[in-house]
Amino acid sequence: MNENIIDIKNLTKKFGAFTAVNNISFSVKKGEIFGFLGANGAGKSTAIKMLCGLSRPTSGNGTVAGFDILCEYEQIKSRIGYMSQKFSLYDDLTPMENITLFGGIYGLKRKDIANKASTLLENLGIADKSKQLVQSLPLGEKQKLAFSISILHNPQIVFLDEPTGGVDPSSRRKFWEMIYETASKGITVFVTTHYMEEAEYCDRISIMADGEIKTLGSPQELKNNYMATSIDEVFRKIATKAIRN
Amino acid sequence: MNTLSFLLEKEFKQFFRDPFMPKMVIVFPVIIMLVIPLVANLDFKDINICIVDNDHSGYSRLLSDKISHSSYFVLKHTPQNYKEAKQLMDEQEVDIIIEIPYGFEKELIRNEIPQIPIVANAVNASKGASGASYLTQIITETTGEFAQNNGIADSPAELLSVHNLYNPTENYRHFMIPALMVMLIIIVCGALPALNIVKEKETGTIEQINATPVSKIMFTFGKLIPFWIMGMFILTIAIFIAKIVYGLSPAGSVWIVYANAFLFTLTISSLGLIISNYSNTMQQAMFIMFFFIMIFILMSGLLTPIESMPEFAQMITRFVPPRYFIEVMRSVYLKGSGIADVYPSFVWLGCFTIVLTAIAILSYRKRS
Amino acid sequence: MKRFIVFIKKETLQILRDYRTMLIVILMPAVQIVLFGFALSTEINNIDVAVYAPIRNNTINNISNRIASNSYINFKGYLNNAQEINHAMKSGETDIVIAFSRHIDEVEAGAMPAETSVEIIADASNPVSAKTATGYVSSIISGNLAETAGASNPIKIEPHMLYNPQLQSSYIFVPGILGFIILIICAMITSISIVREKETGTIDMLLVSPVRPIVIVGAKLVPYFALSCVNLATILILAKYLLDIPMQGSIVLICGISLLYIIMSLAFGILVSTISKNQIMAILICAVVMIIPVIMLSGLIFPIENIPVALQYLSCIVPARWYIEAMRILMIEGQPFSAVLKQTVILSSMTVIFLFLAIRNLNKTMR
Repeated sequence: MNENIIDIKNLTKKFGAFTAVNNISFSVKKGEIFGFLGANGAGKSTAIKMLCGLSRPTSGNGTVAGFDILCEYEQIKSRIGYMSQKFSLYDDLTPMENITLFGGIYGLKRKDIANKASTLLENLGIADKSKQLVQSLPLGEKQKLAFSISILHNPQIVFLDEPTGGVDPSSRRKFWEMIYETASKGITVFVTTHYMEEAEYCDRISIMADGEIKTLGSPQELKNNYMATSIDEVFRKIATKAIRN
Repeated sequence: MNTLSFLLEKEFKQFFRDPFMPKMVIVFPVIIMLVIPLVANLDFKDINICIVDNDHSGYSRLLSDKISHSSYFVLKHTPQNYKEAKQLMDEQEVDIIIEIPYGFEKELIRNEIPQIPIVANAVNASKGASGASYLTQIITETTGEFAQNNGIADSPAELLSVHNLYNPTENYRHFMIPALMVMLIIIVCGALPALNIVKEKETGTIEQINATPVSKIMFTFGKLIPFWIMGMFILTIAIFIAKIVYGLSPAGSVWIVYANAFLFTLTISSLGLIISNYSNTMQQAMFIMFFFIMIFILMSGLLTPIESMPEFAQMITRFVPPRYFIEVMRSVYLKGSGIADVYPSFVWLGCFTIVLTAIAILSYRKRS
Repeated sequence: MKRFIVFIKKETLQILRDYRTMLIVILMPAVQIVLFGFALSTEINNIDVAVYAPIRNNTINNISNRIASNSYINFKGYLNNAQEINHAMKSGETDIVIAFSRHIDEVEAGAMPAETSVEIIADASNPVSAKTATGYVSSIISGNLAETAGASNPIKIEPHMLYNPQLQSSYIFVPGILGFIILIICAMITSISIVREKETGTIDMLLVSPVRPIVIVGAKLVPYFALSCVNLATILILAKYLLDIPMQGSIVLICGISLLYIIMSLAFGILVSTISKNQIMAILICAVVMIIPVIMLSGLIFPIENIPVALQYLSCIVPARWYIEAMRILMIEGQPFSAVLKQTVILSSMTVIFLFLAIRNLNKTMR
């Protein structure tokens, strides 16, 4: 039995002459919170899209949840959750309607959806807003809703692409509480961020720059290796060598 | 199938929540069906005419009389000479000039062959030609009558009778209305799908959908079915207005009309989705769809007859799906044609439906 | 002024970068003018005619031969019974059936039969084509019968088709399509691009700057104006050299009025953008809601004088109507400026009104 839920080898993505992701290899263990760090434009989102079957790799291979990312990407999709960088639920639907839609697409029964939805809205504290359109919710609530919906179908892994962009630190902390709760249910969490302090919350992190993975390990290991007191410092030491940024 | 019901639920909620679209889908067909049949008229009546009478004879009075009593012409002026008449034409006052030369009646009686010039403003070729041909008809009739009265000859025209089928009141509106229904469906069920997927691209929601295991077929049908229902709805409004306002109901089976609309709506909506799939912005999608809508309206025989087009253009019309729909609509509405009469159009349309729907499904790419 | 130029540069760059849209906007009018210019025609030809003859004699053969050799008619052969006639008509294989009766023998023998001996059965679904087609056919037949009977047509009618002796339908359609394409493209391109900036919020960034909204919008128009001029030039060149549209009148006048019309269409686009809540609405107003009135009420295909009076008044507010009229007078009839004075004044006032409303709305909604 393979303990690795994600196994990636030499993954590369080129857009014309531009290499967004250059030959990355890594694995993620079942149940981990795996952080993907890097500045904007380092290639994090492109990498995550290849893992989720949203983008075709130029070369390289790998498996996610036991399926090949090159040809079995549709099977992967039913076993993962995805929350994109840009809020991408339907603005002109209510929270309830969004939950129903995505629950339905993942094959849940209407009765189960209704049950799950009511506890979910309760937990998020927006039960009273369930009939408002999503566009009227504050960004922090939208993000939590999007996260909840991405794990509605109990996926094996959830991919979060910059989930806390643009909100205040207290909302971010609450969001990370949700991530911990999710991980405690046995769902592997794969999260990208450019907030270095968030990296400390991860079990293991990798730091990307110029489309390449520069280093990978637990936060403590990295700090030791780079003789730094914080991940931020580690990152700065790597980033000074980066060309793009 | 279960998934499809969720996707449809979403599409309908979004549609009814839009501030503009539901109104458009109702108001647009109603206005078009009420107004456009009154406009779409190539049956030229009330052509402005002036007569330059140099003969002042019994014949010229008879002819003036016939012309002014004809439903095709309005006798506007009787200028003294051709120069004045031409002046009137340049001022857009008159469309056609007839000049009766001096001594015309005498020549006629002497059984010589007198000449009678007609000058038509042919900027609008068909108007000019119609005017000239109506006038020719009136002159021939008048001359025949005049000849008979004066015992010169008798005409063989009585041997001939013309029998007009299918549109006994010769109402041009009845010819246009079934085609206008097609035009409504082209515009609404073509433009809206073209904008649909590309809108999801612009707002980013498509990415969330692409990350789910939803199948291409389900997704595409989730998009197609609402437009298909919309098409049927618009058609039904149009059929009712045609009946109530214009007293026109299909001479043949209304089910053929619906079956045909079923195929056509899928065809045109699929085309819209294909354009949407290949476009990056709504602006692009709209320009391309606009291009197709124009071709569909102008090259389908809707406004000008296909038989009048040059050979190469007629070839192009074979690949214009509404051409077949319009043929069937007019045949069923006016001639009462049955399946046996129109099945070739059905087969063509069916092929377009299958091909375009298949392309719509395949061109939707979940992975870039 | 410096600021204005900076903005123009930004807009131009944005347009050039989206080369797909630009390609479409430049190619589409060219393709359309050529295709429609050649294809659209209301002249009645290719009339499908079949003959039903219970007997055969010389008269019938002569008439059939004349029918078959007529360039407006496609002779579809002989039909044998009522059933075949019915199917041929219903399926649209024939437009006209000439049905002879047995009395045609008497005509050939030189007698005048008591009953009609030839019946022309026409598909009158389209009453206008039917009228013309039966006219052609009956004149062929009666000419032939008259010859048989020894009579002659005692009068020579000389129709003279002024301005368009060859009866080219393109003379009327090309100016029409020109007016239609310019209006829709200009209105669509400006309204969508402004509304898109509203949707993405980038326009807010510009509006918080000390630049007045009118400058921002004005700068947007300059590159689109240039693009429209390219379109106009393409269409006029194609019309003259490929479609053989005469361009009798002053080319300066034709271009002058066209530029006025372009400015008016752009102003209309801004107006639409100020009342649209989102891109879809702008598109639907410009491309969907407007297509039909502009095609139908501008005289593009259906002559204005042919429509009910109430709607003729309505057509007065369709700007394309005036532009198309002016272009026909200038291009085809070649009349001087005085002949299009009315149209020019109306187009100018529409331009002023649209600009005024657009600027007023801009200041109201964007501040």
